[in-house]
Amino acid sequence: MTGQSLYPRLEPLLAQVQKPIQYVGGELNAQVKAWDDVAVHWALMYPDAYEVGLPNQGLMILYEVLNERPDALAERTYAVWPDLAALMREHGVGQFTVDAHRAVRDFDLLGVSFATELGYTNLLEALDLAGVPLHAVDRDETHPVVVAGGHAAFNPEPVADFVDCAVLGDGEQVVGDVTDVVAAWKEQGRPGGREELLTRLARVDGVYVPRFYAVSYGPDGAIAAVTRTRDDVPARVGKRTVMDLDEWPYPKTPLVPLAESVHERMSVEIFRGCTRGCRFCQAGMITRPVRERTITGIGSMVDQGLRATGYEEVGLLSLSSADHSEIGQVAKELADRYEGTNTGLSLPSTRVDAFNVTLANELSRNGRRSGLTFAPEGGSERIRRVINKTVSKEDLVRTVTTAYANGWQQVKLYFMCGLPTETDEDVLEIADLAVEVIRAGREASGRRDIRCTVSIGGFVPKPHTPFQWAAQAGAETIDHRLRVLRQAINADRRIGRSIGLRYHDGKPGVVEGLLSRGDRRVGRVIEGVWRDGGRFDGWSEHFSYERWARVAAAELAPYGVDLDWFTTRERTQDEVLPWDHLDSGLDKEWLWDDWQDALSEEEVADCRWTPCYDCGVCPTNGTEIQIGPTGRSLIPLTVVGR
Amino acid sequence: MARQPEGPPPPPTVQKLRLRYAKRGPLRFASHRDLARALERALRRARVPMAFSAGFSPHPKISYVGAAPTGAASEAEYLEIGLAERRDPEEVRAALDASLPTGVDVLECVEAAEGGGSLADRIDAARWRVEMPGVEPAELAAAVAALLARDEVLVAKRTKNGLRDVDARGPVASASAGGEAGCAILHVVVRQVTPAVRPDDVVAALAAVADLRPPSPPRAVREAQGRLDDSGTVADPLGPDRVTRTRCQGEHAAV
Repeated sequence: MTGQSLYPRLEPLLAQVQKPIQYVGGELNAQVKAWDDVAVHWALMYPDAYEVGLPNQGLMILYEVLNERPDALAERTYAVWPDLAALMREHGVGQFTVDAHRAVRDFDLLGVSFATELGYTNLLEALDLAGVPLHAVDRDETHPVVVAGGHAAFNPEPVADFVDCAVLGDGEQVVGDVTDVVAAWKEQGRPGGREELLTRLARVDGVYVPRFYAVSYGPDGAIAAVTRTRDDVPARVGKRTVMDLDEWPYPKTPLVPLAESVHERMSVEIFRGCTRGCRFCQAGMITRPVRERTITGIGSMVDQGLRATGYEEVGLLSLSSADHSEIGQVAKELADRYEGTNTGLSLPSTRVDAFNVTLANELSRNGRRSGLTFAPEGGSERIRRVINKTVSKEDLVRTVTTAYANGWQQVKLYFMCGLPTETDEDVLEIADLAVEVIRAGREASGRRDIRCTVSIGGFVPKPHTPFQWAAQAGAETIDHRLRVLRQAINADRRIGRSIGLRYHDGKPGVVEGLLSRGDRRVGRVIEGVWRDGGRFDGWSEHFSYERWARVAAAELAPYGVDLDWFTTRERTQDEVLPWDHLDSGLDKEWLWDDWQDALSEEEVADCRWTPCYDCGVCPTNGTEIQIGPTGRSLIPLTVVGR
Repeated sequence: MARQPEGPPPPPTVQKLRLRYAKRGPLRFASHRDLARALERALRRARVPMAFSAGFSPHPKISYVGAAPTGAASEAEYLEIGLAERRDPEEVRAALDASLPTGVDVLECVEAAEGGGSLADRIDAARWRVEMPGVEPAELAAAVAALLARDEVLVAKRTKNGLRDVDARGPVASASAGGEAGCAILHVVVRQVTPAVRPDDVVAALAAVADLRPPSPPRAVREAQGRLDDSGTVADPLGPDRVTRTRCQGEHAAV
């Protein structure tokens, strides 16, 4: 009997673990459908702890889209902490969904959303707990089809041995296509077994089935060629793009957990894609073109979501929210609508731009002005030209000062360290900047209690970006630059005590780099690390660099490559990159030219407001930029709490 | 100058409602903080006209009384809310219950009587039912007898300041064994003390005095909270509000 609840066996274990509420489901707006009423069963996994995974927008969207289909159901599963995992193994309880506590093993598909590569070991742990063979080749037609999605799926090669397929791009439509294929195959009596099912899936636009592509390596250790092993699968797999976001107003009823999560708010995605052209940013490259939700679409999602959740705060989400063509009006009209209702509105970290202070002021009209976040990313004007995030030092100081003068007490500045061509001097300019900001801010606001927090992390080059060829800075370089930066900030205590520095050491970034730009050989490292006990690599208390380095040395040696080869080595133009057969729409030649432009510190302007610079995405995918202004206004509403 | 919220201060509390609610089924694993968040959101969804504190981060006026521990179910959790507009208590109960997840169920709602004292003052003990799968009633009965024969039984308890020994016998006002073959049930009334003695501690005391070790984790349900009267009964803490309210309405009608 499949689809039975494991809860009676799970319950006694829950009394013995930390934060058991994360495993019981029952969230507001969760759905449980009858197993036998539908043809296709999806388990959707976010491969990290519940508190991180639950707020994930992608998973919430697919959960609703699939559950709206009469022939399908979707339930959620998250990474299980080691305390419960040990008890589950002891008592023979498999990886389960939180909705109806069904065994993941019983589902037709297991969709896993990889926002970051650091979830790979958690995938292996979940498969093992579920009783699903780790290697795709060992699975038979009774096992779920393991589907990877999310941004990391644009280079799924390191997990190619463990997943059956990867989906590139937006998931809303492709999950429906995949569901249709599985439903038809089951209806027909599963002809040709798993091989036939995967062949049919490989013909779905946007679906990549790694087993139908063979990788060969040259004597230098680099990839010689990636070739398909069947004629009936595409030579290159393209990404999916959802056009007209107003037609996809998901999540309509966001999940509200009982347990505490990392985002205690509701989010509305106000546009998807970004063409600012920041060269480090994988998200901005692989999600093109820009597609805006209209002001009226945003207004109705905010209203419906608040009614459905009772949240007190709404985040207006996107890669660069202030760039929405009607953001000024959106902010003003939402602030008008929710004035006096104790409903907060927020924009995520934004570009350094005076307009953003105006927007933030509007959104916090009667609320507390605690913190405002800007992301200059690079410390010096020179390095900001390299990464194509140009803002002058004067503008930066002026913008932050304006924020202080408008009553914001704390400004957070995000930076990266280890960017291509970077020197110690580029990083040291962050200290100058922070000092200047505090000095000018104290003067402009007339207050001594303003603060500036500098948050800095090591840069990791990502596939499908102009920096995909770059040498990653080693952990020693990162740690050295962070050390000199800290010293510089602390040099003058009278100013330095108003500046906070938050940073991560360089080692986790090295492992992320290995997993980001790795090829199929890296799969052995992931498996070795998992077998050695590696889990929850995104958590400093669980992450072990020593383990990764040791296993990588052992597993990669037979191939004549090593950790440095994958991370700190600069690639040449003619090298076959592991993801070359996966098409984000970006023209590889354009990417290379943009990489060369970066090295010569040349900027490129946003194609929303200047002519097309031929990145390749729109013609490849038959898409186009969708932006306003629409000229519409929000419809007046009677709102909650007034 | 620090910014001050613009506009008039929030409207004052014009009505206080007291609610009894249950946490049941899988939601017994919710912590007090989890429940507090869920209740606040449910009040917003149910459009209950809450009164708020003043300042830049106004908080709805809610006070909680003696939350059951994570892992324990309860039929008798209490909270008091302050409203900025008057509402019919039964309508609030129904609306709030409908907007809460299944498993957090609002059972009663009454208006607090003027001058009737605080809810917290009406609670000094709790009655628990602890199901013990795998334990025989006779086995439990013997252990309970051994516990009651003692004046003090120290058990190690995790507190904010690390492990410390607390007396789990003293606060036990009464205890008895029941249930059926294969699943004994412990009925126990425990007085409120600091640090709190919870069903887990009483179970630990049974292990200490009679080596009773349940093969699987016991499941505790708080059945009632209130003042322990001389007969050993736990009184209904909402009783005085109900009585006063009825009398008030009666007087009103007479006028």
